[in-house]
Amino acid sequence: MQTEFAAALLDADRRLPAGLLASDTAERFAVYRNNVVHGLSRALAAGFPAVESIVGAEFFAAMAAIYVRISPPPSPVLLEYGTTLPDFLARFEPAAGLPYLADVARLELAYTRAYHAADAPPLPADRLGSIAPARISTLRVTLHPSLQILRSAFPVATIWAMNTGRMLLGEIADWSAQDMLVLRPHYEMTVITLASGEAAFLLQLQAGATLGDAAAMAMQETGSFDLAGALAALFLRGAIVAVNDQDLS
Amino acid sequence: MLPNRSGTAFKPQHFTALLAGETRPGFIEVHAENYMGDGGLPHAQLSRLRADHALSLHGVGLSIGGEAALDRAHLRRLRQLCDRYQPDSFSEHLAWSSHDGIFLNDLLPLPYTEQTLKRVVAHVAQVQDMLGRRILLENPATYLQFAASTIPETDFLAEIAARSGCGLLLDVTNVLVACSNRGEAPAAYLACFPLHCVGEIHLAGHHDTTDDRGAPLLIDDHGSRISAQAWQLYESLIARTGPRPSLVEWDNEVPDWTILLHEAQTAQAMLDRAANSTKAA
Repeated sequence: MQTEFAAALLDADRRLPAGLLASDTAERFAVYRNNVVHGLSRALAAGFPAVESIVGAEFFAAMAAIYVRISPPPSPVLLEYGTTLPDFLARFEPAAGLPYLADVARLELAYTRAYHAADAPPLPADRLGSIAPARISTLRVTLHPSLQILRSAFPVATIWAMNTGRMLLGEIADWSAQDMLVLRPHYEMTVITLASGEAAFLLQLQAGATLGDAAAMAMQETGSFDLAGALAALFLRGAIVAVNDQDLS
Repeated sequence: MLPNRSGTAFKPQHFTALLAGETRPGFIEVHAENYMGDGGLPHAQLSRLRADHALSLHGVGLSIGGEAALDRAHLRRLRQLCDRYQPDSFSEHLAWSSHDGIFLNDLLPLPYTEQTLKRVVAHVAQVQDMLGRRILLENPATYLQFAASTIPETDFLAEIAARSGCGLLLDVTNVLVACSNRGEAPAAYLACFPLHCVGEIHLAGHHDTTDDRGAPLLIDDHGSRISAQAWQLYESLIARTGPRPSLVEWDNEVPDWTILLHEAQTAQAMLDRAANSTKAA
């Protein structure tokens, strides 16, 4: 019974499940259909407010009605819903004129993940002073669980900020690529654009590389990459929760 | 056990106003699924509120009425939340919401038969075992009925409570919605309801419309003030049961804190009157 009922909820063209009693079955079944599709659409809008702002509420609802049928949530934990929305948007023909839209969705996904990530106290910035400069390149660091990196060919952090009320909406003069850092060291969310080389550096650190090896990768992108400066910036942002060196503990 | 007072659903946008106010709700209720992230502001707020409020944890995703086995991962998440916050009450719904690996995000109806009764009782028992506590099960707002149903909803709920030992959450607005949609009198439904099992009462706004044939179609949308009809039903109910923990829900078009609190104060005034008349009698 529930197989038939569930299928008819997600497919408005499908005939109603057998065995229902009501004076006006179609309209009453439509209440459930609407609850499912509208409810999931609103759950997506809550997680992707910039995408909704860019395309408008009507476009978003029509897009969401298609998406929720293709990718309904696998779990009742809806704060995790929409992980495949960026890839869906990248292939969504009606949004082809907005090539940056999928990356805006990726930034919003990173934002939600950071918002709900595990808590961990960042190391205080003065801890940096206790590290002997000669040892720095051999160390590994543990980044904050909320930390996420996004690299886009578009100025997505600016587009996102303008469409969530964090920046005044206006012409974007510089359409260069942007690398972004999303971080929540305590309860305040941080979304910032990164300097050249920093994203490569952080992605290496996330993968477990030593500071020296990560800096070497960053160096390939920009010869002027400054390891000491990048490390200090990470400490100041509250991005580091542990320095993995036994001598320091 | 929750206090026999009125409480409010907690919405994050009300956090500051709630703590700053002189009048606090008798208890707060949150949807368990909104607190299943690992950390961050949601848990920080709930921990702060838990420090000086009675707490009701209300699940909306367990699919107790589902044909399939309960989702063990979800049960574990619920147990972690119960362990962490030690809520005064945990409640779920007589409904299904997941099927075949898909969460449908709605409280869907089931036929009431001997077979579905056995299944629901087994699921409730499994939840109670897993959580190590008695739970409350809520009567649904429904828009359809099944030809296969052979047991009235009130008897069905009474049997679940009797066989599993669970308590019941009586949602007055759901009674109004479901009875109106079935063409039945809400008062007649309440007359048959196993009131001795009621551990909590819910009140919420609903949307009043008609279907294509002009028959009343009430929709439980939790998006407005509580209707006069629901208040009337509530007052007559607590005159019989005496004061019970009573929650004002508001999930859509969430208003300012003062408006939600005002609804809870209306319920509290009715609870106070019910307490006085019970004493007098």
